[in-house]
Amino acid sequence: MGDEFVKSLEELKAIRDRMQKQVGLRESDENTIRVVVGMATCGIAAGARPVLEAFLEEVNKRNLKDVTVTQTGCIGVCRLEPIAEVYVPGEEKVTYVKLKPEMVPRIVADHLVNRQVVTEYTIGAAE
Amino acid sequence: MNLVRSHILVCTGTGCTSSNSLKIIEAFERELEAQGMAKEAQVVKTGCFGLCAMGPIVMIYPEGACYTKVTPADVPEIVSEHIVKGRIVQRLLHMESDEGGTATSLSETTFYKHQLRIALRNCGVINPEDIDEYIGVDGYAALGRILTEKIPPQQIIDEILASGLRGRGGAGFPTGRKWQFTHDAVSPDGVKFVCCNADEGDPGAFMDRSVLEGDPHSVIEAMAIAGYCIGAQQGYIYVRAEYPIAVKRLEIAIKQAKDYGLLGDNIFDSGFSFNLELRLGAGAFVCGEETALMTSIEGKRGEPHPRPPFPANKGLFERPTLLNNVETYANITWILNNGADKFAAIGTPKSTGTKVFALGGKITNTGLVEIPMGTPLRTVIEDIGGGCPNGKKFKAAQTGGPSGGCIPASLIDTPMDYDSLGAIGSMMGSGGLIVMDEDNCMVDIAKFFLEFIVDESCGKCSVCRIGTKRLLGLLTKITEGEGTLEDLDTIEELCYHLKSSALCGLGQTAPNPVLSTLKHFRDEYVAHVVEKRCPAGVCKNLLRYTIDPAKCKGCTLCAKNCPAGAISGAVRAPHVIDQSKCIKCGVCMDNCRFSAILKG
Repeated sequence: MGDEFVKSLEELKAIRDRMQKQVGLRESDENTIRVVVGMATCGIAAGARPVLEAFLEEVNKRNLKDVTVTQTGCIGVCRLEPIAEVYVPGEEKVTYVKLKPEMVPRIVADHLVNRQVVTEYTIGAAE
Repeated sequence: MNLVRSHILVCTGTGCTSSNSLKIIEAFERELEAQGMAKEAQVVKTGCFGLCAMGPIVMIYPEGACYTKVTPADVPEIVSEHIVKGRIVQRLLHMESDEGGTATSLSETTFYKHQLRIALRNCGVINPEDIDEYIGVDGYAALGRILTEKIPPQQIIDEILASGLRGRGGAGFPTGRKWQFTHDAVSPDGVKFVCCNADEGDPGAFMDRSVLEGDPHSVIEAMAIAGYCIGAQQGYIYVRAEYPIAVKRLEIAIKQAKDYGLLGDNIFDSGFSFNLELRLGAGAFVCGEETALMTSIEGKRGEPHPRPPFPANKGLFERPTLLNNVETYANITWILNNGADKFAAIGTPKSTGTKVFALGGKITNTGLVEIPMGTPLRTVIEDIGGGCPNGKKFKAAQTGGPSGGCIPASLIDTPMDYDSLGAIGSMMGSGGLIVMDEDNCMVDIAKFFLEFIVDESCGKCSVCRIGTKRLLGLLTKITEGEGTLEDLDTIEELCYHLKSSALCGLGQTAPNPVLSTLKHFRDEYVAHVVEKRCPAGVCKNLLRYTIDPAKCKGCTLCAKNCPAGAISGAVRAPHVIDQSKCIKCGVCMDNCRFSAILKG
């Protein structure tokens, strides 16, 4: 018998957990945290793509469930791009501005995991 | 592994495949690569979303945006707008939202709001060709729990009994009792079988096909559980060869389950072994009847034989056999994972759970819907189905295909459950729901179903072989304007004989469409017989096309287009139709620009 055989509930659960991260994207869950990166012309020109990639990489590395990273059009404050907005269910949305890929790990660690807003990156601090 | 942030689900059910969804998948893969998004977005083949009329369907998550009638030419725009910039392509959203306006996601639509998806829970959600995705939505968890915890079979059967689940193939026999009988039956050599009836033959029905195409593992898992409960080690799925996509996905699914050891010997190291094989039907309607189906699996000519003995005692190869329908199996793991009481709380006390219907005919949203039992027909037709197209008036709905009966507009508030439908002379059937509007002639409809039955009667018993043929003869006589009022009485008498003495379900239920149309639309039959008139204008022999001389401008268009050369007249003078030559094709009516052609 090969190693690929599923012989116990634990092995089944391992596959399930791995796949849930994937299939879970297709369920709209009220507990999902949404990270929305502005990806209009202004955002892309200012370097939003590496930022979005950094979010994906970081969320993947930390194996976070219930987080979706998605993109949106122009938010309207093009001068502050790249912009990412974080929606934690039941809380006010937080807008991070003038992002660079190296700022992303801290947002993920502090805000998405520990629920502490990184105040100095927010729109309030930039203004 | 890269984290994929967006999933592009493309329906690859039969409906969308035939409207080119495979080309759309190719286009997405090409375009994602070209726009540098291949690592972030993933294209997933999936099963039927139920919205076949609007296909091909593409759903994009996490937004859940539901794009309809997509063509490969739309793909570059979807990728550059939606995937790159996150802007929903509004022009491809066609579904009406429940609150008015256009709906972005499927769950916002009126079509979905009244639905509850249990049997179809994974259709349009997972990739049916990937066992891992099925496991990701708790697939094989029920089988795993049962086998590793060695739950006694009786306990599982009790759970199925408590759920109140009834056979979804049409007759509505309590599934738990069937399992109990087969469990209790003694086999001379200990061999028993589990079979799945996937020989969906009713014209207009495609529920089982969609389950097999969209979620084959749910049927496989349920059959393995059934095998454990009744003590069988071998299962057969009898599926029509006319369902190539379903057959292919089943083959893939069985292979993947075997590779994982979820089928085969010593599953979950429990000592329980279960193997599954496919048997392809050659398209005979009678093979959907249980005894004929098993005869066919045995390799013999698919003919029914009298019951008893019932399959539970003496079925396939004369061994105790459990035979359930695809949709029935698709409910099993949901019940075991969510609890019998939760299932029993859905629907009505005697008809629990949900039922899938294939909506077809004169209805705006042709497709697949799953509703709690007891939902009024009105909700299905008007809300979910969107009513009859072109503002036509709803006349009747046929449930149960050629074995069922019609529900007239006056009974539109009938709850859709086994007992309510039976009480008005119709039946649940396997789930085909054909909608008819004011342009349908009910005598013609009854004749249509009977023609199907005459073709499909296996000929073993003379009652069915000769009886249905004679019945068709009488109906044809009426549609040709040769019928008498005595014929109506003869029809009724013949129907009762067929019902009481045909050998199998095919013959016993064959008169249902005739009896129910005769009951609810007797006036139409009488109009054909007495007035020699077809009120809906369908029966050709009773039709007369005439030209209104007051409206005819003598443009000659009708005369030029008449294939029979039946129209004559001078230019700029009213034309005349020669009734002896007219073949009633209606071409003149289609071509007339002055509405001068009258039908009646």
